[in-house]
Amino acid sequence: MPAIVEWVWLVVMLPFGGFLANGWISFFRPNDKRAVSIIGVGVLAGAFLVAVAVVLGAARETVEAAPAVFTYWSWMPVGTLQVDVAFQVDHLSSVMLLVVTGVGALIHVFSVGYMRADPGYARYFAYLNLFVFFMLVLVLGASFPVMFVGWEGVGLCSYLLIGFWFSEKANADAGKKAFIMNRIGDFGFLVAMFMIYRSIGSLSFQNVFEQAPTAFAVGGSAITWITLALFLGCAGKSAQIPLYTWLPDAMAGPTPVSALIHAATMVTAGVYLVARTNVLFAMAPISSAVVAGVGALTALFAATIAVKQWDIKKVLAYSTVSQLGYMFLGVGIGAYTAGMFHLVTHAFFKALLFLGSGSVIHVLHHAYHETHRHDDAQDMRNMGGLVRFMPWTAGVMWIATLAIAGIPGLSGFFSKDEILAATFARGGEAPFFYLLWVIGTIAALLTAFYMTRLMIYTFHGSNRTGEKECDHLHEAPWIMTGPLVVLAAGTVLAGALNLPEILPAHGWLEHWLEPVTELGTRYLPEASLAPGTEWALLGLATAVAAVGIIGAWRLLHPEALVPAREAPPETGLGKLLYRKYYVDEIYDAAVVRPLVWLSEKVLWREIDQGVIDGAGVTGVTRLARWLGHLGTWFQNGYVGRYVLWFVVAVILVVWEIRR
Amino acid sequence: MTQFVFWTLSGVAILGALLCITGRNPVMSALSLVLTLFALAGIYVLFDAHFIAVMQIIVYAGAIMVLFLFVIMLLNVGRPDAGSDVKGKVGKFWAGFLGAALIAEMAAMWRLLPGESFRLPAGTLAGLTAQRGAVGLIAEPLFRAYLVPFEITSVLLLAAVVGAVVLAKRKL
Amino acid sequence: MLLGPALAVSAILFSIGVAGVLLRRNAIIIFMCVELMLNAVNLTFIALAQQLGPEGQVFVFFVMAVAAAEAAVGLAIIIAIYRHRQTLDLQYINLLRG
Repeated sequence: MPAIVEWVWLVVMLPFGGFLANGWISFFRPNDKRAVSIIGVGVLAGAFLVAVAVVLGAARETVEAAPAVFTYWSWMPVGTLQVDVAFQVDHLSSVMLLVVTGVGALIHVFSVGYMRADPGYARYFAYLNLFVFFMLVLVLGASFPVMFVGWEGVGLCSYLLIGFWFSEKANADAGKKAFIMNRIGDFGFLVAMFMIYRSIGSLSFQNVFEQAPTAFAVGGSAITWITLALFLGCAGKSAQIPLYTWLPDAMAGPTPVSALIHAATMVTAGVYLVARTNVLFAMAPISSAVVAGVGALTALFAATIAVKQWDIKKVLAYSTVSQLGYMFLGVGIGAYTAGMFHLVTHAFFKALLFLGSGSVIHVLHHAYHETHRHDDAQDMRNMGGLVRFMPWTAGVMWIATLAIAGIPGLSGFFSKDEILAATFARGGEAPFFYLLWVIGTIAALLTAFYMTRLMIYTFHGSNRTGEKECDHLHEAPWIMTGPLVVLAAGTVLAGALNLPEILPAHGWLEHWLEPVTELGTRYLPEASLAPGTEWALLGLATAVAAVGIIGAWRLLHPEALVPAREAPPETGLGKLLYRKYYVDEIYDAAVVRPLVWLSEKVLWREIDQGVIDGAGVTGVTRLARWLGHLGTWFQNGYVGRYVLWFVVAVILVVWEIRR
Repeated sequence: MTQFVFWTLSGVAILGALLCITGRNPVMSALSLVLTLFALAGIYVLFDAHFIAVMQIIVYAGAIMVLFLFVIMLLNVGRPDAGSDVKGKVGKFWAGFLGAALIAEMAAMWRLLPGESFRLPAGTLAGLTAQRGAVGLIAEPLFRAYLVPFEITSVLLLAAVVGAVVLAKRKL
Repeated sequence: MLLGPALAVSAILFSIGVAGVLLRRNAIIIFMCVELMLNAVNLTFIALAQQLGPEGQVFVFFVMAVAAAEAAVGLAIIIAIYRHRQTLDLQYINLLRG
C-alpha cells in the first residue's frame, strides 16, 4: 500500500485543477458564481484535508528519517546539471504546507462573501487558486529551480491580483511596481543559484546541504556572497529594506488578496527560504548579521511609518513589513525556529486583521454605495464607532491586535518574545545583538501603539461615516465572519505550538523542526538564558505592550478627528511619517528619473533612433533592396540565365577542388 | 592499330558533338548525336566493354534517339521557315568561354588520374571477358553487389513510364 | 594506355555539351546536349573500368537507365509545354519571371 505521504502531489494539483476550472468558467460562463464558489473553496478545503493527512502520515512514517523526496520527472538534464521536478516533504515544508492550505482555505471562504458582487468573480478565484498552486510548489520544491518556479509563479499571481481592478491606473501601476521590485530580488536569487551550482554542481536541496560543509569554508567569501544574493531575493519577495516599497502599494488589490498573499503566505517566502537554507546562512556569519540587521531596521522603520498612516490597509501593510522584519531578525540571529514560529502566528493574526479590515471596508463601501457618496472607504478618518455596528468583527480584531502587540497568552506574544529573547541571548557575543534587541523592543512598543490606534480610530469614539450612511452599517455576513472566528481561535491557540522553555510542555515546534534546523545551528554558538533573565524579558515585553496600548489609549483623541475630506494637511514630523519618509520620492529621483532620462534621451533618441534605426533598420532595408536588385539580375526568369550561373558556379567549385 | 582506331573514333565523336550543338535543323542535330553515340560505342569496345557498347547502340542510339526524333517530327520543330535558335553574340561568347574554361580546368586536373598502383594489370578485363563472356562480366557485380539498385532502377523506369503517359496525355 | 586520351576526349565532349546548353534556346536541343554530357561521363566510367574493375560498367548501365527514364519524362514534358504555348523556345517559357 502506498504511503499516505505520496499523495502530496494531490495537494498541489487540486488548486491547479481549480485554477483550470475557474479559468474556463471565467471565459465561458462568467456569471456562474455558484460553481466558482464551490470549486474555488472546495479545492482548497480538499487540499487542506489532504495536507493534514500527508503531514500526519509523514509524522508517523518518517520522524527521524531523511526528508521524503518524490521525483516526478527529469526537468533539465543538461550535462552535469540534473534538475528534477521533485517535491520534498519534511518538517519545515509540512509546517508551511498546513499554513498555506489552512489559512488559504479560510481566506477563500471569506472571499466568497467579499467578492460576491464583483463582475470578475471567476477570474478572481482562478488567480487565487493559481496562487495557492504556485505557493505550494515554492514550499514543496526539492531544489532551488523548482522552488524558483513557485517563487516566480507567486510573483506573477501577486501581480495579477494587485492589478485585479486594472481599469484604474493606480492599481495597474501598483501591480507593475510589485512585479519590478520583485525582479530585482529574483536577480539575487538567480545569481545565488548560479554560484551554488558553480561551487557544488547540484541544485537539489539535499545535495547542496550535504555538500555545503565541505564545499565552503565557514565565513568564506563564496558562501557570504551566495547568501547575500539569496537575501536580496528574500528582501524583494518579503518586502525588506530597500525593496519594501511595493508592499504598501500592493494594497490596491482586493483585501482577501492582501491577507493571503501580502500577509500570510507569499511575503513570508523569504523567511522560509532563509530557514530552508539555514546551513548556508549559518556558515556565513556576516550575511546572517546583515539579515538580522536589515530585519531589525525594517521592523523599526516600517513601524514608525505605520504610526501616521490613515488608510487602514496601509497601516496593516506597514505592520506586515515590520513583522517580516522581526522574522528576518529571528532567522538572521540563528533562531530559525523562532522565525518560523513567528511566521505561523503572524499568518493567523495578520490574516485575521486584514480580513477584519476587509469586512469593515466591505461594509463601509456598501454603505457609501447605497447613499451614492464617493468617499474613501479605507480611510480611518471616515470610520469610528463601528463597534456598535460590527461587534463580531471588532471583537476578533481586538484579539488579533492584542496578539500582535504582545499581550501574554496570545500567540504573537510568544513568538515575538522568542525572537527578542534569542537576540538578547546572543548579546554576550557582540554588543551588536544588544543593539538589535533594543531596536526590536522599540519596534514592539510602536507596534502596540499603532495597532491600538487603528482599533480606536476604526471602532471607537464617535462615528464619522455620515448620518445617512449609519443606517446602512451592519455586521458582515456569516460567510465573512466565520473565517474570522476560526482565525481568531488560531490566533489565541497558535502560541501553544512553541512555548518558552520556562513553561511546561515547551518547545514543541522547536523539536519538530530540529531535523531541519540542526544543519545550521551546529555552526552557531550555544546561547541560552538563565530562567531569571528570561522571566525578566517576558515581563519587559509585557510591560512594553501594555505601555504601547495604554499610551495610545491616553494620547489619541478620536473625538478630535474629522472626516478625511475636511482634515487639515499634516505638518512637521507627522507629515514626514505620513509621506513615508519620502522613500518613494527618493527612489523616484534617484533611480526612476535617471533611468527614464537615460532611456529617453540616450537610448531612444540617440541609440535607437540614430544608430539602430539609421544603420540597423533602414540600413537593412536598403541592403535588402540593393540585394533584391542584384537578385533580379541573377534571377530574371529565363532558364538560360540560370544555367549560365550554374555553370559559372560549377567552374568556380572545380577551380577550388582542382588543387 | 588500336591507337589509330581510337583517334579516328574520337575525332568522329567530337565532330558529331560539334555538329549537334551548331546544326540549325533539330533533325540534323539529333542525327549528329547518333553519330557521336555510335563512335562512343566503338570506343567502348576498345575498352573491353562489349556489352555496354551493344547497349549503347540498342538503348541510346536505338531507343532514346528515336524517341527524340519522333518528338521533333511530331511537334514539327524543325520547320525551315523557323529562325535559328542559336543565341546571339553574347550567348556565343559565354558558351565558348565557359566551355573552354571547363576544358582548361579538367586539363589542370590531369594529375588526379589514379596512380599505377591502383590499376589492374594490363589485359585483366579482357581476360575476364574471355573467361565469363561479355555479359557475365557485368552480370556478376550487377546481380550480386548491385542487386538492390538494379531493382530500384526497375521501379524508376516504371515511374517514368507512368509519368510520361500522364504528362503526354491530351487533357492534363 | 589509352586512359589519358579517353579522359581528354570525355572532357572535350562534356564541355561541348555544356557549351551547347548555353548556346541553344530550343528545349529539345538542350535536352540532347544533356544526353551528350551523360555520354561523356559514361566514357570516363568505361575508360576507368578497364583499369579499376568491371564495376564502372555497371554504373554506365545505371546511367543509361536513368537517361532513358529522363528522356521519357522530359520529352513528355516538352510535348505538354508545346501543346500549351506552341513553342519550345526557352526565351518565351519564362513563367518564373514573376
